[in-house]
Amino acid sequence: MFQTMTIALRFCLVTLVLTGLAYPALVTGFAQLLFPWRASGSPVKDERGAVVGSELLAQRFLSPAYFQPRPSAAGDGYDTNSSGGSNFGPTSAKLRNRVKADIARLQKENPAAAAPVPLELVSASGSGLDPHLTPTAALWQVGRIAAARKVSPERVRALVADREETPVPGIGGERRVNVLLLDLDLDRSFGRPALPVPAGAPPGGK
Amino acid sequence: MTFAGWFSILVCLLLILALTKPFGIYLYRVFETERPPLAPILGGLERWVYRLSGVDPSKEHHWTEYARALLAFSLFGVLITHFIQRVQHLLPLNPAGLGPVAPDLAFNTAVSFTTNTNWQSYAGESTMSTITQMAGLTWHNFLSAACGVAVALALARGFTRQRGQTVPATIGNFWVDVTRCLLHVLLPISFLFALALVQQGVPQTFAPNTAATTLEGAKQAIPLGPVASQESIKMLGTNGGGYYNANSAHPFENPTPFSNLLEMISIFAIAAALTYTYGLMARNSREGWAIFWAMACLCVAGVSVCYWAESKPNPALAGLPLTVEGNLEGKEVRFGFAATALFATLATDASCGAVNGMHDSFNPLGGLVPLLNIQLGEVVFGGVGSGLYGMLVFVVLSVFIAGLMVGRTPELLGKKIEAKEVKLAVLYCLVFCVAVLGMTAAAAAVLPHGTSTLNNAGPHGLSEILYAASSAAGNNGSAFAGLGANTLFWNVGLAVLMWLGRFWMMIPVLGIAGSMVGKKTRPPGPGTFPTDIPLFTALLIGVVAIVGALTFFPALCLGPLVEHFVALHGKVY
Repeated sequence: MFQTMTIALRFCLVTLVLTGLAYPALVTGFAQLLFPWRASGSPVKDERGAVVGSELLAQRFLSPAYFQPRPSAAGDGYDTNSSGGSNFGPTSAKLRNRVKADIARLQKENPAAAAPVPLELVSASGSGLDPHLTPTAALWQVGRIAAARKVSPERVRALVADREETPVPGIGGERRVNVLLLDLDLDRSFGRPALPVPAGAPPGGK
Repeated sequence: MTFAGWFSILVCLLLILALTKPFGIYLYRVFETERPPLAPILGGLERWVYRLSGVDPSKEHHWTEYARALLAFSLFGVLITHFIQRVQHLLPLNPAGLGPVAPDLAFNTAVSFTTNTNWQSYAGESTMSTITQMAGLTWHNFLSAACGVAVALALARGFTRQRGQTVPATIGNFWVDVTRCLLHVLLPISFLFALALVQQGVPQTFAPNTAATTLEGAKQAIPLGPVASQESIKMLGTNGGGYYNANSAHPFENPTPFSNLLEMISIFAIAAALTYTYGLMARNSREGWAIFWAMACLCVAGVSVCYWAESKPNPALAGLPLTVEGNLEGKEVRFGFAATALFATLATDASCGAVNGMHDSFNPLGGLVPLLNIQLGEVVFGGVGSGLYGMLVFVVLSVFIAGLMVGRTPELLGKKIEAKEVKLAVLYCLVFCVAVLGMTAAAAAVLPHGTSTLNNAGPHGLSEILYAASSAAGNNGSAFAGLGANTLFWNVGLAVLMWLGRFWMMIPVLGIAGSMVGKKTRPPGPGTFPTDIPLFTALLIGVVAIVGALTFFPALCLGPLVEHFVALHGKVY
């Protein structure tokens, strides 16, 4: 029995060094060599070279001049240190009330948009950091953005069409556009809107 | 439901089918031959591991010795990981400056990762330092998976070895099985898989978090770390413990539909291949395929129900002025309904606690599928190793029941199944159901600690408790995550369930292996019930479904099923 315990302890230490230290270090080395930008979290920079976020993580947009991502239940909303969904079940009164409030807010912010409201604009994502919208949900917001930036809706619609990613048959997934990249396109095409943004209730949240 | 959705499900399942035979042959050559295919490259490292640990690779173990080695190894595994978490603030590689993990949470996490459960009462990005993620958790992702494979091999050897082939009756060397699994299977595949994930967008760095200023001027931390190296083994080893709180729903763990497909295939790859390996060990590959198809039927049934249910609108939102698509709460746009339903089904068929959408927000019948999958014992391909040995226990029960029906002595691969094996098999089933139902009853009805941290009221609250108990005892690790599980009650209670569900089920399995390996093999006679034909596959499906259903149907009635019917009437809590 003593011999078994000794082997077990030595085996633990050997495998810990091998799989817990050497393996992650080796993967890091190759990853940084082959795909340095991805391995560093896909940071996105603006025209001045400042990091404005990650291509893969949603961030909060309150200004009417930007496309807004889905509501987020990560922390107080879009909190990258506390990713997660609302975890409200399909008979949750809290969910129903939250969605009702979001519908009212969206209808007020988008007076020109046609009813009904796209479902994903009131559904919190699983991670709270979903960087994408379907083209439908993006196009629904075009009227508000065009009015805030005083440009023609057609030009905003064209930006959405350019950003659309289509799924490969058999791989799965949905048609989608990346909200942060789309908003950077807006700034590049029409200039940055006036900030600070008007204060408003953050969308989503537990 | 769309044609494209069904097509993507079909493609994923066909890819798994195509991998089964070649990968199964590879595994057979790794574990059952003197020189594995990669021995020219990895043989030196393998000998080095034996020398440093003091292992004699030529010595075979009796089942009791095998079990002792497993337990001793797991004991040190728990202690070391507990220790690392408690002192992480003193160790290097803690860029965010996180403090030590609380004792009850550290204990829960150490047991959780040692038992291949990977239940997480914490949010990784704000609790665990880089060194803890690597040395404490990635390490167990490898080792707990390798231990599962080792026990499955031991049981398969018990069934398939001829008497006199090894004297005395031994079932292999635990250290050799684990080392070979680690070096020849898990490490090389994880390495390549991790690089593929980085290419798709998963971070892999030791650098501290990047501070970004958003377009609207707010501060956003981009949480980084060696994520890809943990993500790959988390899926391949059916562990499921995410680097981030949102697990595979997080865009940094699962950035694209393609990374999602890779992750889904890797959940089943080893478990499916092991059925073919078992067939080779039995010298009749149809023995393996009979088990494979039983698993495949249950998997297809599960994903069909889940995809159908999640394509229905969320009943809590009935009548609101919204587009009607399905239930998007807790799901990611890039995956959609089909890929989320398939991921949930595969991860709970296996003992992989990964999620790419929040199960807690699934529709009632959609959430029923993952819950029931865990309660069937995770034998639908199942965890690496644990799926095969779990299913082989059901094979023992099926052969026994068939024997009772025709009045013959039950036999499996020419060996008699006797009272001892059946008792151990029943013990295996009973431990699981007593643990799950006992804990659920205690938490839901007896002790106030259980219900005080629920996120949902009404029947869905019971589902959260039932899911937590099933996930822990089933060593799955996924959750109806609304339940606030980082309390003393849940941390300790679930740790006990994970321990019961791992070792109190592994030891009977090794007992069966030890009892079977010494038995005489007899040629099949006219009264032998063959176990390599479709009829046996059907019987096996029936036994799995009946045992699971009879045990858990009453509890499921009070949770997801009653929720489904009240939801139809528009009730919310």
